[in-house]
Amino acid sequence: MAPTEPTSVTDVAAGLEGVGYLPGESTALVSFLATKLGKPVLVEGPAGVGKTELAKALARFLERPLVRLQCYEGLDEAKALYEWNYRKQLLRIQTESDGTGWQDVQEDIFGEEFLLQRPLMTAIASAEPVVLLVDEIDKTDQEFEAMLLELLSDFQISIPELGRIEARTQPVVLLTSNNTRELTEALKRRCLYLWLDYPELEHELQIVRLHSPDLDEQVARKLVEVIHRIRELDLKKPPSIAESIDWARTLMLLGATDIDQDTFTKTMSVILKHRTDLDTVASRVGVMLDPAADAA
Amino acid sequence: MPLREKLERGVPERGPGGFAGELLAFAEDLREEGVAVGTSEILDAFRVLEHVPWSDQRDFKEGIAATLAKSPEDRRVFELVFDRFFFRAAEAEAARQRITEGGQAPGASDINLDTLRQQIAAALRDGSEAALRDLARLAIAAFGQGQGSGVLGVDVQRIRRALGLRAEAQPDLPEGDPRREGTPRDQLRRFEQFLRRELERALIERTASLPPKRPLNELDRALPSGPIQDLAAVHRVVAQLKRRLATQGHEPRGRKRHAHVDVRRTMRASLETGGVPITLKYRPQRPRRPEIFVLCDVSTSVTSASTFFLSVLHALHDAFRKLRSFVFIERISEVTEVFERERDFRAASEAISKDAGVADISGYTDYGRVWEEFLSLIEDELHPRATVIVLGDARTNGRPPRDDVFAAITARAGRTFWLNPEPRLYWNYGDSVIAAYERHCVAFECWRTDQLEEFVKVLSEGGRATGAG
Repeated sequence: MAPTEPTSVTDVAAGLEGVGYLPGESTALVSFLATKLGKPVLVEGPAGVGKTELAKALARFLERPLVRLQCYEGLDEAKALYEWNYRKQLLRIQTESDGTGWQDVQEDIFGEEFLLQRPLMTAIASAEPVVLLVDEIDKTDQEFEAMLLELLSDFQISIPELGRIEARTQPVVLLTSNNTRELTEALKRRCLYLWLDYPELEHELQIVRLHSPDLDEQVARKLVEVIHRIRELDLKKPPSIAESIDWARTLMLLGATDIDQDTFTKTMSVILKHRTDLDTVASRVGVMLDPAADAA
Repeated sequence: MPLREKLERGVPERGPGGFAGELLAFAEDLREEGVAVGTSEILDAFRVLEHVPWSDQRDFKEGIAATLAKSPEDRRVFELVFDRFFFRAAEAEAARQRITEGGQAPGASDINLDTLRQQIAAALRDGSEAALRDLARLAIAAFGQGQGSGVLGVDVQRIRRALGLRAEAQPDLPEGDPRREGTPRDQLRRFEQFLRRELERALIERTASLPPKRPLNELDRALPSGPIQDLAAVHRVVAQLKRRLATQGHEPRGRKRHAHVDVRRTMRASLETGGVPITLKYRPQRPRRPEIFVLCDVSTSVTSASTFFLSVLHALHDAFRKLRSFVFIERISEVTEVFERERDFRAASEAISKDAGVADISGYTDYGRVWEEFLSLIEDELHPRATVIVLGDARTNGRPPRDDVFAAITARAGRTFWLNPEPRLYWNYGDSVIAAYERHCVAFECWRTDQLEEFVKVLSEGGRATGAG
């Protein structure tokens, strides 16, 4: 397959839209720059604004495989980069214990056959260009970040026993962060920066319409308006875009023709995931869905 | 030719290097406002411009923003500096080429002032940028001509008042006037920015010289925030502190005496030597964790500072071996449990104000009594490896400071710190007796988050014993 090479920002915007992702202004621009400059992109923003989705959409649009590394506290090189398959190595040593010299065995057991490739290594060593997604980088510790630096600036990995493995193709790298901690300056310096926020009302309406085209336009608009009001409240977890879409689908399945007090109370557990949030919203938003307030 | 003289004095020549020079000057402006822009990032910006049309302002701005501003805060500063820089650059160039605006601004007599007032309020409500800019110019023409004070900020406020724009509701205005409900503060600020900009433009044109640029003030710089974001900021500070504490080199306890062999890693390493464990791998050393007693004044004068401080300490709970907190006003009361149970800052401060029962009659702090109670309560548990932290303003309300009892406490504890939420400037004025206590402990001023951070660093370094101990 021949991966797509975008030639302009509008190209990228149209392409992403073609695979079901509506990019904002800067999103398309930064994605375009990422493919052109070969620099990783650091995507930050609140949870559920489509950071991970952007990487998936880019992979679909560029027709590249997506390699994903989910970060968590305690993630280390062995799980992110590569590991020697030491069980297999032990077996090898045992089966050949007689008759072979040390030199032979050593050359044997540190070959590619005994190497377990983890996501970062897969992305580097892949013969065809990939999209590498390092998800929630803020969850790891600084040591891991430091290790990523070598990879991100030179696209190469050093394995003491094998030597250096250099990227054969230029991967598009996206790092996402929920901003739970400040990333190091060194890492930021190597990346392009993209801040994704909750979209504007019209933009979100388009997104909802794209994902559930059968939903009545009026209902969709009202839905997005309600979501925007809810986000202004002081909630533990404000509803994200993913939740707007879920809600739209729920309403469609229920065949709702309007969002009134009743429908809202029945379905609001789709967009709110905390007991206290449900209470807050029920008391504050109920009023604004009142038919009297609507008519005014 | 006087005009030329003025021009040459007022408008600096364009810097060398053409466009590249301008971009460097812009980066320099960003640095002045505290955005860390590295050389490699400037190089990236140039590389970006190879791929982005310069003629499109939006793409141009987004493109260099992606390389130069790398956090929401930086992005905010970037927007402001971008506007300021290119506004000034455009005006300077106009002055250089002596382009002035054609036609005369309408005189004050041509404008119906009442209509203008309402139009502006309506445009603010609808939030249309272009209309606001035009209306700002009209407002200047109507109210600002001839009597300019020479200070832009004063003029801006005078015009705003003349327009009758206020944040609070004005019920005596007639029904249907858009100003009746009051104008939201952020809209007012925005209109003031337009006014300032237009006044500045007029000033540059009139004098043909570029005034010195105005550094961003804290209000501009802050992200538009509500109470939610304030709490989020607290959490961020705490998260950073935690991270820093975790990554700083800790003093290993008891040399290498208690090192444990990590069997799994040793086996793994032994593969390189054909299964023979030659290099031993050890488990990492546990960092030294101090034992901490915190005493917090929660009388009304310092209450917000102290609850915040306590919640920070408890968020850092993992970094300390044992942490016990007490609050006091006239008497002392232990609140360790409240914080262990309640991780939410607001809930914790509520619980403390309700249940602690530390106020007696007057509600004024009585340090002398507090020291005595604390000493009798904790005397047996204080030891040279313990740290005592006091947070308070050391204002005794005229009661005896009893620094002799305080000295007894510090003598038993290893280290004693005093955090004063007042700026050092106010120390020892009025009824503040911090000097009496400072003889026995180390006092810090602590009213900004960076000062707090500084203190936590000292604390976690497990530094030498200080004070009389």
